[in-house]
Amino acid sequence: MATATRRRAGVRRAVRRAGAPLLLLLPSLILVGVFVYGLIVANARQSATDNHTAAQATGQAPTTGVGLRNYLDLLGSEEFQHSLTNLVLYTVVFLVGTMVIGFLWAWLLDKPLRGEGFFRSIYLFPMAVSFIASGVVWRWLLNSNQDEQASGLNRLFQMIGLDALQNNWWNNVSVGIVAIAIPAIWQLSGYVMALFLAGFRGIPVELREAARVDGASEWKLYRHVLFPQLSPIALSALIIIGHMSLKAFDLIMSISKPANYQTKVPAVDMYVFKSAFDYANAAAVGTILLVIVAIVIVPYLVHTHRQDKR
Amino acid sequence: MTAVVEEAGRPIDLGRRAAPRGRFTVGRTLRYLVLLLFVLVVLVPVYVLLVTSFKGPGDAAPTRAWNLPRVWTTANWETAWSTLSPAIARTVQMVVPAALISAFLGSLNGFVLSRWRFPGADLVFTLILFGMFIPYQAVMIPLNQLVLGLGVPSGVPSLILLHVVYGIPITTLIFRNYYMTVPQELIEAARVDGAGMLRTYAWIVLPISVPSFVVVLIWQFTSAWNDFLFAVFFSSSQNGPVTLALNNLANGALLQDYGVSMAGALFASLPTLLVYVLLGRYFMGGLMSGSVKG
Repeated sequence: MATATRRRAGVRRAVRRAGAPLLLLLPSLILVGVFVYGLIVANARQSATDNHTAAQATGQAPTTGVGLRNYLDLLGSEEFQHSLTNLVLYTVVFLVGTMVIGFLWAWLLDKPLRGEGFFRSIYLFPMAVSFIASGVVWRWLLNSNQDEQASGLNRLFQMIGLDALQNNWWNNVSVGIVAIAIPAIWQLSGYVMALFLAGFRGIPVELREAARVDGASEWKLYRHVLFPQLSPIALSALIIIGHMSLKAFDLIMSISKPANYQTKVPAVDMYVFKSAFDYANAAAVGTILLVIVAIVIVPYLVHTHRQDKR
Repeated sequence: MTAVVEEAGRPIDLGRRAAPRGRFTVGRTLRYLVLLLFVLVVLVPVYVLLVTSFKGPGDAAPTRAWNLPRVWTTANWETAWSTLSPAIARTVQMVVPAALISAFLGSLNGFVLSRWRFPGADLVFTLILFGMFIPYQAVMIPLNQLVLGLGVPSGVPSLILLHVVYGIPITTLIFRNYYMTVPQELIEAARVDGAGMLRTYAWIVLPISVPSFVVVLIWQFTSAWNDFLFAVFFSSSQNGPVTLALNNLANGALLQDYGVSMAGALFASLPTLLVYVLLGRYFMGGLMSGSVKG
């Protein structure tokens, strides 16, 4: 009898202890539960239907399930494969560009230097601007006209005697997407620099001193002392830039056009399908993107989660 | 990772090594040259924007593309302002409530997740966190139907809702990391005094959260202001924000008027640039917490 009462009181206390926090969290949990997880499921279900027409999209015509057909059709089509190739190209160039330039800037600014704040602010400012706004300027710069008609960067190349560098930028069918990565690199290298700079600054001075006292050369200092300390930051930077790149949309919409074959990526396809009331294919492209992003993000989240615990 | 994450949620000064003294060395001169070269490269789009926006229609010859204007005119600026100002006003109406509400929600969640360790708290946190990495394309179709079904009007109201909901993960993260650094004794003392969780939150935690609030408000302000994806799916040129209006201005006409669109691009960027210049440390704080986000 007494133990039963005590146990009940214990349960009640546990409920009360967990209850208040849960109550505070509840609005957000419901919102995230519905808007993230619920909609991911709803989207996957729509992607498995034949909802390809405006009549079906507005509920005036029935839809039926088609299983994975939309996925097979998409992945088998040359059009969508081109989008995936573009996505890979864009991501590789964007990643390599921002990592190399960002690291170089951080490395140049790490040692004592007058005017460091000035350089830092200049390198970082593009980050505060929207892709749409910067896209306006970059479309002018990446004008594909050449020779007499040349404007933008092509004209600049002529003026400094580098005519050979003129090219048609994003109008190249096979590698045009690389041109779109240039403004993206312009915008986010400063961010990678800030990450690396914070990393450099986080390394205790004693560590460098100790290595120097031990007679380590500059290269050895970097190779054995600084790089290992920076590798978690490099990983963060790779993940952030990588997953931004997979969602690339704004810049392409602003510089090119959604209908342009040469610059299309899955996010743009999704928009085009949606505009054409082909909801099933739009949903399928969305889910494919989600799977690609999840392959990168989930291991990373699990990894940091474990590190947090330690 | 840890080095950066611990910093999350507070204003960040990247610090500065003591300025060097003494004579110029070859190495240092070389370093300056390279840095200055990069400054020039980074500022090329700024030069283009300013020069083009002050050119008149008769000054558009490609041969003069990089030259200063023959005649400086502000006509483009006037056109851009009259075209974009309604959208800019709508963007303000959208961004301010969105930032305030999501900061408040994030602060509540962050407090709970950092302090009260209920079973599965970490899992809940990771599940929330995943929400900021998802490509929104993967929910867009049913999201459209849901927002429509809820009866939320297209334009500003829809966008506020979306920025609040999808802002929950990042704001929760920033506040949680900040509250992790609040000394446990402070909270314990309040509890010993008999204060419940809500009262502890209101009287102890909120007053010390001001720096995090600034970081989060700036972060949400910037990302909502610069958002284009939600704008293009949930608003039209009649009721949409400035990114949408700018994109219509720049891509709409057959003959592109670069002068007007470049002036417009500057108008559209001015608020976020101002925040960056004036509140750089807080801006950095948000950026750094982004190191477990994107």
